[in-house]
Amino acid sequence: MLDVMMNDILGTPAILVGLFALVGLLIQKKSASTVLSGTLKTIMGFVILGAGAAVLIGSLTHFSKMFDHAFQVQGVIPNNEAIVAAAQTTFGTSTALIMVFGMVMNLLLARFTPLKYIFLTGHHTLFMACLIAASLSVGGMSGAPLIIFGSILLGLCMVIFPAILQPTVRQITGNNDFAVGHFGSIGYYVSAKIGQLFGNKAKSTEAIAVPKSLGFLRDTSVAISLTMSLFFIVVALFAGRSYIEAQLSGGSNFIVFAIIQAITFAAGVYIILAGVRMLIAEIIPAFKGIADKLVPNAKPALDCPTIFPFAPNAVIIGFLFSFLAGLLSMFALPLIGLKVIVPGLVPHFFTGAAAGVFGNATGGRIGSMAGAFANGIIISFIPAILLIFMGDIGYEGTTFGDSDFGIVGIIIINILKLFGAV
Amino acid sequence: MKILVVCGNGLGSSFMMELTIKKALLELSKEAEVTHTDLTSVTSEKADIYIGAGDIVDQLDNGVRKIVRVVNMMSIPEIKGKLAPLL
Repeated sequence: MLDVMMNDILGTPAILVGLFALVGLLIQKKSASTVLSGTLKTIMGFVILGAGAAVLIGSLTHFSKMFDHAFQVQGVIPNNEAIVAAAQTTFGTSTALIMVFGMVMNLLLARFTPLKYIFLTGHHTLFMACLIAASLSVGGMSGAPLIIFGSILLGLCMVIFPAILQPTVRQITGNNDFAVGHFGSIGYYVSAKIGQLFGNKAKSTEAIAVPKSLGFLRDTSVAISLTMSLFFIVVALFAGRSYIEAQLSGGSNFIVFAIIQAITFAAGVYIILAGVRMLIAEIIPAFKGIADKLVPNAKPALDCPTIFPFAPNAVIIGFLFSFLAGLLSMFALPLIGLKVIVPGLVPHFFTGAAAGVFGNATGGRIGSMAGAFANGIIISFIPAILLIFMGDIGYEGTTFGDSDFGIVGIIIINILKLFGAV
Repeated sequence: MKILVVCGNGLGSSFMMELTIKKALLELSKEAEVTHTDLTSVTSEKADIYIGAGDIVDQLDNGVRKIVRVVNMMSIPEIKGKLAPLL
């Protein structure tokens, strides 16, 4: 009986997060029907996450084989959804536990320290929990210490990163209503510093005319299908028709195969996003409800697009310059012996755009362009360096995308190595 | 009455805006169903009002849909002011 409790109930991440949602809903004194449907939907969200991973990894495997055959070097597509979904079979339980106790730590830190931020970007909390679980495990930790250390680290990340961005966020929004809680913070911070040093904030991006036609790229599914089709086709051309049609596509045309695999990748991300949406839909309002009662004067730390409407031109400029840096880095990385990081439109759009907004706030046009370019270099090199330390995690041809994940992972693993835990 | 909040991923900012809108509705003592989604899914979901950041909801503007453009997603006064005439 105890065995069933420990291994099958608490050891199944889907049920575990369902239990957390259940408790959250009961604390809020919701009706029986809301409690039941909320709990079931949270569990289903986790199951959907796994289903999406299967679709995505199928496509990634084909990409890796083609890339390897074409260039004799491994190509990696950083995608948080993919790596987290793929890692759930190994790290699901520790991810779920670190996520929930990390949120408790966030509440405690906001209550008792001057860092009064409540981190409400649920999917990033989930991704960071997974990164921390994986890094501590690579560093040699396991069991209860891994959960305890992991939760403390996650709680710290949830208040420290919003805190370092807050001075610039005040400049961007003109008020102190909310903070930015998104784990691309290092890129934004660097962008704001570069803007401050080299730019002139009087010459704002918002005074220039920028074509609105790139707006459709804010649709994640379209953006992924588009870039992945381009990359898949280029790699397919280099890998060659004979190899693909004989080894991978089962005889169907290699270009058609490449396009379908690219769209399959986008479909996989779409499924995972749907799962994550269901997964966090009950947990985040419960967290926010508790936070409102416990830490009344705390600032909500929110997802990066909340600052986009304050500088729409900087959003487009930031994305373009970040992506440009990503493309250039793709060619530079193998020269210094690192794995090739294939730039994705999605990480460059979200973090590049936010870096553009931060750079603009401190340094106008120059700040926006140079800051976003720096962000693009950071989110290309940091994932490549993280892969060196991650060992087997990342063999799926994907890794964590945004800057803070890489930085935190690299620091955790190297500190643990220093203490001889490995 | 159904209000649909839209953002690029349908995960973070639309979710936070949904919570702000629910508070705004409470203060206006109006009732409406509020949900959030991403730009891809929105085309297959019908709603009475579509709300989001300007450059996002501009793509939904076909002349028929009721569109609300928000700048500060956490500002209850802004959302109240923009929603009230449509309710």
